Amino acid sequence: MGQTMTQKILARAAHQETVTPGEIVEVDLDLVMTNDITAPISIAEFKKTGLESVFDPKKVVMVPDHFVPAKDIKSAEQAKIMREFAKEQGTLYFEIGRAGIEHVVLPENGLTLPGQVIIGADSHTCTYGAFNAFSTGMGSTDIAAGMALGTTWVRVPPSIKFVYNGTLPEGIGGKDLILYTIGQIGVDGALNCAMEFTGPVIDALPMDQRITMANMAIEAGATSGIFGFDDKTKEWLAAVTDNAYEPVFSDPDAEYQQVIEFDVSHLKPLVALPHLPSNVHAADEVGNMPIHQVVIGSCTNGRLSDLREVAKILEGRQVHPDIRCIVIPGSQEVGKQATREGLADIFMNAGAIFSTSTCGPCLGGYMGVLAKGERCVSTTNRNFRGRMGHREAEIILAGPQVAAASAVLGRVGSPLELTERVAAD
Amino acid sequence: MQVRGRVWKFGDDVDTDVIIPARYLMTSDPDELAAHVMEDIDPDFTSKVQEGDIIVAGKNFGCGSSREHAPIAIKAAGVKAVVAESFARIFYRNAINIGLALVEAPEASQETETGDILEIDTDEGGVLNLRTGESYDSRPFPAYVQQIIDAGGLMQAVSQRVQSKSAAQ
Repeated sequence: MGQTMTQKILARAAHQETVTPGEIVEVDLDLVMTNDITAPISIAEFKKTGLESVFDPKKVVMVPDHFVPAKDIKSAEQAKIMREFAKEQGTLYFEIGRAGIEHVVLPENGLTLPGQVIIGADSHTCTYGAFNAFSTGMGSTDIAAGMALGTTWVRVPPSIKFVYNGTLPEGIGGKDLILYTIGQIGVDGALNCAMEFTGPVIDALPMDQRITMANMAIEAGATSGIFGFDDKTKEWLAAVTDNAYEPVFSDPDAEYQQVIEFDVSHLKPLVALPHLPSNVHAADEVGNMPIHQVVIGSCTNGRLSDLREVAKILEGRQVHPDIRCIVIPGSQEVGKQATREGLADIFMNAGAIFSTSTCGPCLGGYMGVLAKGERCVSTTNRNFRGRMGHREAEIILAGPQVAAASAVLGRVGSPLELTERVAAD
Repeated sequence: MQVRGRVWKFGDDVDTDVIIPARYLMTSDPDELAAHVMEDIDPDFTSKVQEGDIIVAGKNFGCGSSREHAPIAIKAAGVKAVVAESFARIFYRNAINIGLALVEAPEASQETETGDILEIDTDEGGVLNLRTGESYDSRPFPAYVQQIIDAGGLMQAVSQRVQSKSAAQ
């Protein structure tokens, strides 16, 4: 029986010929990541082992991104604990002004490579599956153990193969594809499984949009999401690293728990209404739903290509007078390039704010927290109750184009409505 | 461990944002976190929950973020066990790692209501509902996971390994 790419990575890291879904294996770690919220617990737990140093400082990475630049004294204390530990241990560390959101920064620095096993104390660590790696989120104590031992235990996930057939319509992207998928299978539809994304639509999909899809595998309950390795992966990585890597490929006779095929030729721009990412509807079919705020950014949709899509819509237009539009680049590099290309000017001229990189509003930290009764269209990944502020606020998830169009319209809407409006004028 | 406690029942997909909202994650102090546990799903929960109580929920309990603050907050609020139809993967690991008892028992979860008294044998996995008299089996833990539970949590297990390694050298 053949093996899936996920099995092959885990078998290699467990020093076994093969692994079987459901089997628990101990695997070598290529990268162990933590951030300003989760690191303080990891560090305290690590110290309980009595070990003086982490297993390999070049494989441990710490990124302050959630509540930084520090939003208050307590957040500053948390970030300080991590900063000092990183310095003392000599781990990889990315300070603000030279970094940004962990899941944008690590790939930019060539740290997430095909065939690797990566764990991070952040649930969206599944993002690196876009690069043909096995990567998964864990809690602080698992990360402490990983920092100590250089290994972790994994229950080998059965794989679900998603095959996307047809041709993706213009203006439909990775965010629509993953929202559609979660809408079809539910927020626990891939619980404890690996989602393997395949098919002609995926072959044609740019890397940034694959990253968006892998990023949200956790929202279907998946352990991980993974893509095959192809010329697009190779080209993307060649721009950021010279390091060697070993891609993996699923065998033709690999065993899947399930194969799910979608024809996405007629997919429309989608949104997920409150309070679950699976509550998916077409953006132009939700009726007149007024909003108060739009957030564009995050580890899901804060990359340069996302900002370019937004700029295309906002150029020559104005953010609706009743809307606060907040654009946050995923990293310092993204912010610099967006400035160079004139995107930052387009955002600010349209009446949006263009911030430094942070996770900020995605988890209701700061930089766009919602009041009671407010509604926000956001390119982030979760619309759980209370996630962005008050428990009676509402978050509507969307891709960058829908978010930008909604900012102009002042309500939930599709980019097509803007084109129609121009045509009507 | 034997747990006998009063039940607070919740539905499916209870996410970590409602268990402990991120606006309180500037600390990892268990008592500070416990003061806000389940606040966004039941604003009165912290005034009602008592030492020894049990949370019972539906499918996919603890979905969402990796924040270990979620099981820490539940444990520090005095809750002795969480019974659910299924658990989200990261929450499952986190709870085991910090020594919060989990019981995966779909039928027990479906047939239990707020206010019921449950008796749970966390070693054997048995659940008894004293109101209905029904008893249920739970899904056993894999042997590897059971070892972590038996050690009292992940870092205890890791420390044992580190010590035996250094003793061997």
